[in-house]
Amino acid sequence: MQKSLYIDPEKCTGCLQCEMACSFEQTGVFNPSQSRIKVFSFEEEGRKVPYTCTQCDEAWCMQACPVDSIKLDAATGAKVVQDDTCVGCKVCTISCPFGTINYVVETGKVAKCDLCGGDPACAKACPTEAITFVDANWTGLDKMRKWAAKANDASL
Amino acid sequence: MAWTRQILRVNLTKGTCTSEPLNMEWAMDYLGSRGLASKYLVEEIDPKVDPLSADNKLIMATGPMTGTIASTGGRYTVVTKGPLTGAIACSNSGGYFGAEMKFAGWDMIIFEGKSSKPVYLMVENDKAELRDASHLWGTSTWHTEEQIKKENQDPQIRISSIGKAGENQVLFSCVVNDLHRAAGRSGVGAVMGSKNLKAVAIRGTKGVGNVENPAEFQKVTAEKKQILAENAVTGEGLPTYGTQVLMNVINEMGALPTRNHKDVAFESANDISAEAMAKPRESDGKAHLVTNQACFGCTIACGRISKIDKDHFSVVQKPQYHGASGGLEYEAAWALGAANGVKDLEALQYANLICNEQGMDPISFGATIGAVMEMYENGTLDEKKIGVKAPFGSAEALCELVDMTANGEGFGVEIGLGSKRLCEKYGQPELSMSVKGQEFPAYDSRGIQGMGLTYATSNRGACHLRSYTVASEVLGIPVKTDPLTTEGKPGLVMAFQDATAAFDASGLCIFTSFAWGLGDIQPQIDAACEGDWSEAKLQEVGERIWNMEKLFNLKAGFTKEDDQLPKRLTTEPAKEGPAKGLVAGVPEMLPEYYEIRGWDKEGVPTAEKLKSLGL
Repeated sequence: MQKSLYIDPEKCTGCLQCEMACSFEQTGVFNPSQSRIKVFSFEEEGRKVPYTCTQCDEAWCMQACPVDSIKLDAATGAKVVQDDTCVGCKVCTISCPFGTINYVVETGKVAKCDLCGGDPACAKACPTEAITFVDANWTGLDKMRKWAAKANDASL
Repeated sequence: MAWTRQILRVNLTKGTCTSEPLNMEWAMDYLGSRGLASKYLVEEIDPKVDPLSADNKLIMATGPMTGTIASTGGRYTVVTKGPLTGAIACSNSGGYFGAEMKFAGWDMIIFEGKSSKPVYLMVENDKAELRDASHLWGTSTWHTEEQIKKENQDPQIRISSIGKAGENQVLFSCVVNDLHRAAGRSGVGAVMGSKNLKAVAIRGTKGVGNVENPAEFQKVTAEKKQILAENAVTGEGLPTYGTQVLMNVINEMGALPTRNHKDVAFESANDISAEAMAKPRESDGKAHLVTNQACFGCTIACGRISKIDKDHFSVVQKPQYHGASGGLEYEAAWALGAANGVKDLEALQYANLICNEQGMDPISFGATIGAVMEMYENGTLDEKKIGVKAPFGSAEALCELVDMTANGEGFGVEIGLGSKRLCEKYGQPELSMSVKGQEFPAYDSRGIQGMGLTYATSNRGACHLRSYTVASEVLGIPVKTDPLTTEGKPGLVMAFQDATAAFDASGLCIFTSFAWGLGDIQPQIDAACEGDWSEAKLQEVGERIWNMEKLFNLKAGFTKEDDQLPKRLTTEPAKEGPAKGLVAGVPEMLPEYYEIRGWDKEGVPTAEKLKSLGL
């Protein structure tokens, strides 16, 4: 079964455990500036929102890459940057509508979420289940359950 | 390692920024943050220095756990000689700023001298420079953060700054980071203000890549997070209700200081409780509380984010306060509320917002207002003098006076002196509810006896964060003790003081200690740091820090006479509740405390004790 990251911003507290776990997994350093998942803060509303690559099926980044350096990992569905062939041209960063693939000055390559090979560190580190790794065909299951619960409530 | 081993020294007089290696010998003896920064301070300044002079120094310091994945590993400490107390000051804060300092490659930043004009420090990894801040001077911490990010075109910069209160050297002004986290007590903000240092802005992209044993560290920090998640206080009480859940609990114990400690219970405690925060308001049907939030790395998330009622008199003409913002926490809700007899939750939140925006400690501010209101009621002060009618319970006075104090207007200038100087000025020194010039937090020492000794002996003046015996005396952590007795409390206080110093030195949050003991932080520190970090060693580090702070204060001129509570608490018994008829038993506890500390009858550490700690 393929799985997807599922993010529920309502549960996010902004602790950045996900950014720490991601950067450590990817680089061996606790370093949010190298994290492929970012938590955004909307102070006026008091909201924190984690955001990362959704692994588009027809990924813009993959289509745009002139040297074919972004490959599909068939097992996980992740679009994975091949560091050995990436030339750092940044065309993928322009083509991605969501901004979730970015150039890394330190390496001269681009970096994006690769689902940690099928066991994403961010989801494991999240203390509130704001980030979960669930059945890719049923990312809506939790929301459905919430509405189903309401439908079953005679008082509403 | 977990230390970056680099210190940034900023000489504000000369305008220079230089790096130097961390003294690792001291790191092994004092760990980091509160401990290590205090060691640098006591080595570098004369304890008799005027806190607001160029000769005082101000240190911002991280601990070895800051910027790691350990839960709550995001704290930093501001250490200096405090202007409110004249004692060693050490205030720590969460948010994201501390971790950013570590990610930029610095264990601490030492500020010395005084700039001739307003400046801010911009740090980008190894690069540090002082920049003109004349355009930021006279503005709030919120504006300062926004403006620095904007002018550098970088929203990821983290900033710690002072507001107008720090600039005006309000003696209880604080240093605010990430909008609503603060190194709150003892007037550390005024020291920044006295140095013409408006802000410290940091962008760090190096991260922490040098923990000693990464695999072990990942494993043990994950195990310890699980303990926090499963604990009733850290896993449920704090994230759901925040610290304010204590309001009704402490009130029922008859230990909620009310109306400048005249009373020990507040008839409207429920109106300013965590429960009230979560309840829909009558006016707009919305709950005050919006959500809980975490500081960097924290898996507890006790922080409160709230929205004030747009139609409340305090903000009806001020849309800038209508958005979500930090507050209320228990201590602030108490100081702005029960301490003054004010039960208007919205007014409390307004005063709290102004404290965050302009950088003031809401505990000392609120407690000082309590003294003002008592002097208004006994006729010492009147409307003409204060500028408003200020009886106990007046939400209007609270909101008016917080503006005046934050902006340095009218009688607000005198409030900014803190309750000790204010009450002395008006001939009523006994009405200042403080120790060493710092106002009490939210626990009455007649109803929680251990807290009396905590306040009397705290090295930074009255404070609950130096030995939170409430954990034991109220919550039964780690063991339940009777809050009404003095028996066994000297030992309890000492144990809490030393353990707390070790927690603080690590860079972790003391709130973890509801679920963790030294035995839980020990394997995390040991996996992260070089050297052999046993529980016994951490205990000794804590005791060493405590004695070092004490020695500084003795050299600064403090004596046994300063380890006392105001007369009200030792002579006026609690009027009601479980502690009815009791006074604070500090006089009987103090000799025993000195003895078990290995101090002489005057509270001076013996040569033998100092030798055993390598001091």
